[in-house]
Amino acid sequence: MPQYKQFPLPDTAEGLTEAEILTWHVKPGDTVTVNQIIVEIETAKAAVELPCPWAGVVTELHAEPGQTVEVGVPIITIDTDPGGAAAPAPAPAAAEANGTSSGKIGEEMPGGRIATLVGYGPKSGTAKRRARKDTAAPAAAVAAPAPVVAPQPVAAPAPAPVQAPGGYVPLAKPPVRKLAKDLGVDLYSLTGSGPDGVITREDVESAVAAPAPAAAPSSVDNGARERRVPIKGVRKATAQAMVDSAFTAPHVTEFLTVDVTPMMELRARLKNHPEFRGVKLTPLAFCAKAVVLATRRTPDVNATWDTAANEIVYKDYVHLGIAAATPRGLVVPKVRDADRMSLKELAIALDELATVARDGKTAPADMMNGTITITNVGVFGVDTGTPILNPGESAILALGAIRDMPWVVDGEIKIRKICQLALSFDHRVVDGQQGSQFLADVGALLADPGFAMTY
Amino acid sequence: MSSPEQWTHPEPDAAPAATAAKPTAEQVIAGLRATDEGGADLVQLLTPEGERVTHPDFDIDISAEELRGLYRDMVLIRRVDREANALQRKGQLGIWVPLLGQEAAQIGAGRAMRPTDMAFPSYREHGIAWTRGVHPTELLGIFRGTDQGTWDPVEKRFHPYTIVIGNQVLNAAGYAMGQKFDGKVGDDDGEATMVFFGDGATSQGDVHEGFVWAAVYDAPLVFFCQNNQWAISEPTERQSRLPLYQRARGYGFPGIRVDGNDVLATLAVTRWALDECRHGNGPILIEAFTYRMDAHTTSDDPTRYRLSDELELWKLKDPIERVKVYLVRQQWADQEFFAGVEAEADELAENLREFCVNMPDPPAERIFSNVYAEGNPNLEAQRDEFLDYVSGFAGGEH
Repeated sequence: MPQYKQFPLPDTAEGLTEAEILTWHVKPGDTVTVNQIIVEIETAKAAVELPCPWAGVVTELHAEPGQTVEVGVPIITIDTDPGGAAAPAPAPAAAEANGTSSGKIGEEMPGGRIATLVGYGPKSGTAKRRARKDTAAPAAAVAAPAPVVAPQPVAAPAPAPVQAPGGYVPLAKPPVRKLAKDLGVDLYSLTGSGPDGVITREDVESAVAAPAPAAAPSSVDNGARERRVPIKGVRKATAQAMVDSAFTAPHVTEFLTVDVTPMMELRARLKNHPEFRGVKLTPLAFCAKAVVLATRRTPDVNATWDTAANEIVYKDYVHLGIAAATPRGLVVPKVRDADRMSLKELAIALDELATVARDGKTAPADMMNGTITITNVGVFGVDTGTPILNPGESAILALGAIRDMPWVVDGEIKIRKICQLALSFDHRVVDGQQGSQFLADVGALLADPGFAMTY
Repeated sequence: MSSPEQWTHPEPDAAPAATAAKPTAEQVIAGLRATDEGGADLVQLLTPEGERVTHPDFDIDISAEELRGLYRDMVLIRRVDREANALQRKGQLGIWVPLLGQEAAQIGAGRAMRPTDMAFPSYREHGIAWTRGVHPTELLGIFRGTDQGTWDPVEKRFHPYTIVIGNQVLNAAGYAMGQKFDGKVGDDDGEATMVFFGDGATSQGDVHEGFVWAAVYDAPLVFFCQNNQWAISEPTERQSRLPLYQRARGYGFPGIRVDGNDVLATLAVTRWALDECRHGNGPILIEAFTYRMDAHTTSDDPTRYRLSDELELWKLKDPIERVKVYLVRQQWADQEFFAGVEAEADELAENLREFCVNMPDPPAERIFSNVYAEGNPNLEAQRDEFLDYVSGFAGGEH
């Protein structure tokens, strides 16, 4: 009986995940010997010749020249006992075929993985993960709908259309990437002027000189005036989080307009105080202090709805999230244990947080496990908004711009520093009464910081 | 073998022009990259054409049987090397470090050692391992990631492979100092140590420190540097102003450049150097002038940094071919002998292949065992957690 053996593509260097087939030295029907060179492949590191592991007759080649194949995917079938009686050819390794594609850098493969310079990025789905004993069934269910592409036997070449290289992964040398990161330039927004569209140092520098307009791709226009930006990275994470939150937690938003003149006066006094020398004392710092103080009276806003456990989790700590606009997009780094911080400590922590976030250096761990969030829309000159909860949290406060506005004081119209606050909360956890009280408390603390004495 | 004064006090004239305080680039290249010739000081006893030549200071009296043995060693270890390389390409080894082209340097040096001598290899010393009685299958686990080499270093007098570049030179210097302190040096029955490293390692601090310690303690240590011309992608000429063997002079011990593709010269020079050491006249540096015919490792692509005409040039200096030619010319071996060695090589290769693909995967707890001589609660907790995690998978031990 013929004995069919399949040779999976090996990792020819340390830790490679894929290789491109350059040339086949054999074709179906050829007799091969052990260690005979059968194919030349090219990895990220080297062009390499692969020897044949067995003697026999080549039955089928599973990949064409030019095709990129994942390590572990069979590339050739060899009949190691061709003298035996004829038998039907083995079923093509259909399930494995989704590991192959033209695999150009930046191109999306079946299964949604993106080819990069060093591989295909993280695997999505659980198709290749070994099943855990207790979750074997669900895992299989997830794996089933994964796209399955029939292999293209070389005997009947019908290659899938090969997309031009390039794609949307910006091509730039590491020092240029570093420069772009340092300058806060998004490489995705640039068109490379170097050979093969490589982004050069000059491209990055000129982008800084004339900053690109905020990325707001429009789909109403046509043709060349459209720009398609793949949804990924922070944008994708943000979108996912917002959708999750908006469709999970029933949001209620309340608004409060506050005369924050006393807070601004206090701020002016403190700025000249020796203790606050060198401290960047922003209205946000006062707002943060007010929020952590107010959570003491209304711990509900600092609690979490745990659907899985069917419990509401009240927290005796405040990890205060600050929504920050960065070159990478929206990130929400946390001030840990903000409730134990003095105003000065909060101001310093916020300043550091902002610097780190702007530099794009916020560690993922710093963005996790917040309990309540402030979004400072005021820095954009915006009065207010209806913020969407950070998933898992129960309240988010939007701090609007502080403006000189006419305000009635003691029956007279005066020019005062006016600010709008908007609080969105999860109505599953927080009722209107608690939400209102919390918002009123924050407003009162900003309108008269002396109230803090009463907490 | 002689120990001429000139090794310890070389005359200034003996050094080529490249030793001048400020050599020109051309001089440097001439001194180092007369590579295909190795320069005037190269000790050679068998030319690439298989012609037996003499050297004023070194000679060797070799029998037909001994030379046939050296030939067999080289053919077998080359075959082992090629088979292991192929096993890596088939996905059976994580990595392999080829020795192709360096067979004579290793077999010559290895066969110069006595059973009582100690050897410290780096990671390319498959030929030395062979001469120490370590079977090639014992090397495979290192490159398959299943063990760290299974031989007994004390029994074989062959230290485990050292991956960190040049690190083993310190170990060897210390070991040789110990031999000296234990009074095992001083007469014909003395012991010696030999340490193996490459041209790239000579740029490492560890090697420099080893030179200094061995020198000031008169350690019975032979520094055996296989200059294969390329420290991965870095040529020797960019690592030294001097030919490497001349560096020994600065440390106060002899340095000799031998044709590393000449198994006879390597054997003669290394035997002499080990004898010097066992008599208390160490240390000594040997620069075996050779060439790495294959990649640095299976993860490397040498075509990216070196020209193929260099390779073609060195093909003409093949260490095995010249011995074969000499054996035939001397009528010391016939076709039957060569066919027999080939058959033996085929068999060895097949054994290696079979052994490799059938190597059992080590149990999951292996990564935790042998970290500490005695138990460690933290590590044990980690081990238990890991084993518990692993056992949660359906089907299979690990």
